[in-house]
Amino acid sequence: MTSLHTRSGASAQRRFGVPEALMQRQWFAPLGALLLIVLCMGVVSPDFLSIRFVDGHLYGSLVDVVHRGSSAALVAVGMAIVIGTRGIDLSVGSVIAISGAVLAVLIRDTELPPWLILLAAVGSGVLCGLWNGVLVAYLDIQPIISTLILMVAGRGIAQMITGGQIVTFHGEFFEAIGSGYLLGIPWRVLIAAAVILLLWLTMRKTALGLFVEAVGGNARASRLAGIDSRGITLLAYVISGICSAVAGIIIAADIRGADANNAGLWLELDAILAVVLGGAALMGGRFYLGATVIGVLIIQSLTTGILLSGLPTQYTLVVKAGVVLLVLLMQVPGFRRSMAALLRRRQHES
Amino acid sequence: MTDMTQPVLSVRGVGKVFPGVKALQGVDFDLAAGEIHALLGENGAGKSTLIKVITGVHPRDEGEVLLEGRAIEPEHPGDAQSLGISTVFQEVNLIPTLSVAENLMLERQVRRGGLIAWKRTAAQAKEALKTLGLEIDVNRALGSYSVAVQQLVAIARAVSLDARVLILDEPTASLDSDEIQTLFRIMRELKAKGLGIIFVTHFLDQVYALTDRITVLRNGRRVGTFVTAELNRVDLINQMLGRELAEISAHRRQDSECFAGISHRIRIEGLGRKRVLNPVSLDLSGGEILGLTGLLGSGRTELCELIFGARKADSGRVLLDGEPVSLRSPRHAIRAGFGLCPEDRKQDGIVAELSVRENIMLALQGRRGWLRPIPRGEQQTLADEMIAALGIATPDSEKPVGQLSGGNQQKVVLARWLVSKPVFLLLDEPTRGIDVGAHADIIQLIKTLCSEGLALLVASSELEEIVAFADRVAVMRDRDKVSELSGESITQDNIIEAIAQ
Repeated sequence: MTSLHTRSGASAQRRFGVPEALMQRQWFAPLGALLLIVLCMGVVSPDFLSIRFVDGHLYGSLVDVVHRGSSAALVAVGMAIVIGTRGIDLSVGSVIAISGAVLAVLIRDTELPPWLILLAAVGSGVLCGLWNGVLVAYLDIQPIISTLILMVAGRGIAQMITGGQIVTFHGEFFEAIGSGYLLGIPWRVLIAAAVILLLWLTMRKTALGLFVEAVGGNARASRLAGIDSRGITLLAYVISGICSAVAGIIIAADIRGADANNAGLWLELDAILAVVLGGAALMGGRFYLGATVIGVLIIQSLTTGILLSGLPTQYTLVVKAGVVLLVLLMQVPGFRRSMAALLRRRQHES
Repeated sequence: MTDMTQPVLSVRGVGKVFPGVKALQGVDFDLAAGEIHALLGENGAGKSTLIKVITGVHPRDEGEVLLEGRAIEPEHPGDAQSLGISTVFQEVNLIPTLSVAENLMLERQVRRGGLIAWKRTAAQAKEALKTLGLEIDVNRALGSYSVAVQQLVAIARAVSLDARVLILDEPTASLDSDEIQTLFRIMRELKAKGLGIIFVTHFLDQVYALTDRITVLRNGRRVGTFVTAELNRVDLINQMLGRELAEISAHRRQDSECFAGISHRIRIEGLGRKRVLNPVSLDLSGGEILGLTGLLGSGRTELCELIFGARKADSGRVLLDGEPVSLRSPRHAIRAGFGLCPEDRKQDGIVAELSVRENIMLALQGRRGWLRPIPRGEQQTLADEMIAALGIATPDSEKPVGQLSGGNQQKVVLARWLVSKPVFLLLDEPTRGIDVGAHADIIQLIKTLCSEGLALLVASSELEEIVAFADRVAVMRDRDKVSELSGESITQDNIIEAIAQ
């Protein structure tokens, strides 16, 4: 179950000179994997590691990884919370399309102040989350089915909003969000970081995170312990909706337009993968926001790195899948134990 | 009958270490053919671990297991089964969505030309169940039957596998008395056929009714093996606890002083629900223990659920200090100061993935709401206090509750309510599946609470227990309250008479 972070086997790892307390942290394995991948990429193509400061902006592949990863990270942390309640949200890509469509159409057709347009776009995410949440929590429809409905219908709704066209727009404010910088750091990275930090504070500095995990672990028992398990589940989907909507805003601002068909396409799969890379079980009961963000960075640096390495593009997906599998295996306690045992034996023999 | 010279199964110096706990240390154990051998001990004494080591669920760290003199190394229960060691675990481990026949004949279906002959498979399954006195539709999904039937199917599967050793890990916990008699008859028949049976239970009556020998474990070590007929009950309990049992026999008379609480704090008026429970009225005073008893299905659990708002009542109400309490959901009941330790701790009690500390905090935090988190330091103090006070066997407060033994899980659920300081606590079968030691701890705790003014309702089918600590007893029969006893009239005989009327 969630024994991915089991305390056992720690004694076998002590020999590597890493403090045990550190080994037990959830983010340790994903972070280790990320560093390893970045390092490998650096060896294959040294250019990958260089960071330059040009025109008051940070440039380089690593910056690019964070830059591109910011929208996926937003979606993934929302997904992590939904998965924490033993749910899943397949509709995130559609929510991205909807919020982008709302944003683009409002900018094009109205003279509303930017903050109100932002609010409307985020509001569309809230509505989507409410829809999913009501289906799951109050009508007891399985999460995968509930969110599949919006996954399919959502792109249709987005197309209806844009009238079936790709809607492009101009506006200093939104262009800044998509490609502007503050103190050398891209705005979109700052926005994503702020939202994720806020979410982390809400989850871990209040009791909300505990409630989410309790409901995901055992909804019946949680209800009998006085937790509003339906309300918590609903809230999780609303949070996921908001996160996706913000991601949708960033993506639309980036391309200065709304593409109802392709915005955020397949992003739900990357998000789920990132959550799992972060060590959470799809059976719910535990979620890790920090580790999930690391999971996103792993996926993104693989994508960017493989591209840079000059590997023929047809290999990209297979290599990516292989590395992801390896990272997942590293998190299986049994696999870790037998690898440690193998290492020990080697050392004895030599 | 009991042939001690050639044990069919013998365990030599077995040891097993889990992180932070020595679960078994140098345990020896012999099982003769044609013997029913009770394996007894408190929670965490190592009974389940020993069984899991024998059946290959856990690899052992030291020692050996011999089956008819030959060392065996089963790697998983299926392995052990093919060697002749069949096990029925505490939790039924069959597949609820498959039919009874499919479960029973899994991997052994009758084949014809490489395909499965379903009709003959079903017929064989039916036959196998018939020998256990169970006549049911074998084509229905297993999950649609009661836990008791599922348990019997599990036993049928175990014994139909050419077993020489049968291990029953608390098979009676979910059976009613008729079903228990069926099970006992089957066990005696299997014994006559020369099977060696290891029987784990908490019910001492059953031990004396059925077993030839008793092995007692304590803290992972074997205390001793005794011939059942030569060991009386008090001695047995002493062996299990390793201490004199003054506190268990502490009698009701002594704590009648705790009766001095506020009278009629809780008033239950005609609480009922169609087809679930006929309207029931009850009164409870602060500091009073009300026993609620009756047979399985008599409405005990249902009454608790209605009072707690876990099920909606369609008639009646509950008053606390004269004020009606909203019972729209457990959350509302908890806000009024109610608490419920449910009967099925796995389903309704613990959140297995969360730590001991988090589980203990859950109800209190739930009542405070998510915006007012309990500071970590305070959580730690409360959790540590509870772990010490209830003697919860865990290396630390951060261990996931799912990894503790059943009795300790129950204590964690109890601790959850104790930290939330309820005014009215409902305990549904608080000692089910719990050994004598934890039993004594829990009863002691119940008495302490009650002397602090808590109103307590304890639903239990163990009359002995009810008689020992209840100030009053309400007797349920067929979804109805049939009698209320108090004072001197609380005796097992009177209760049985009320049930039997």
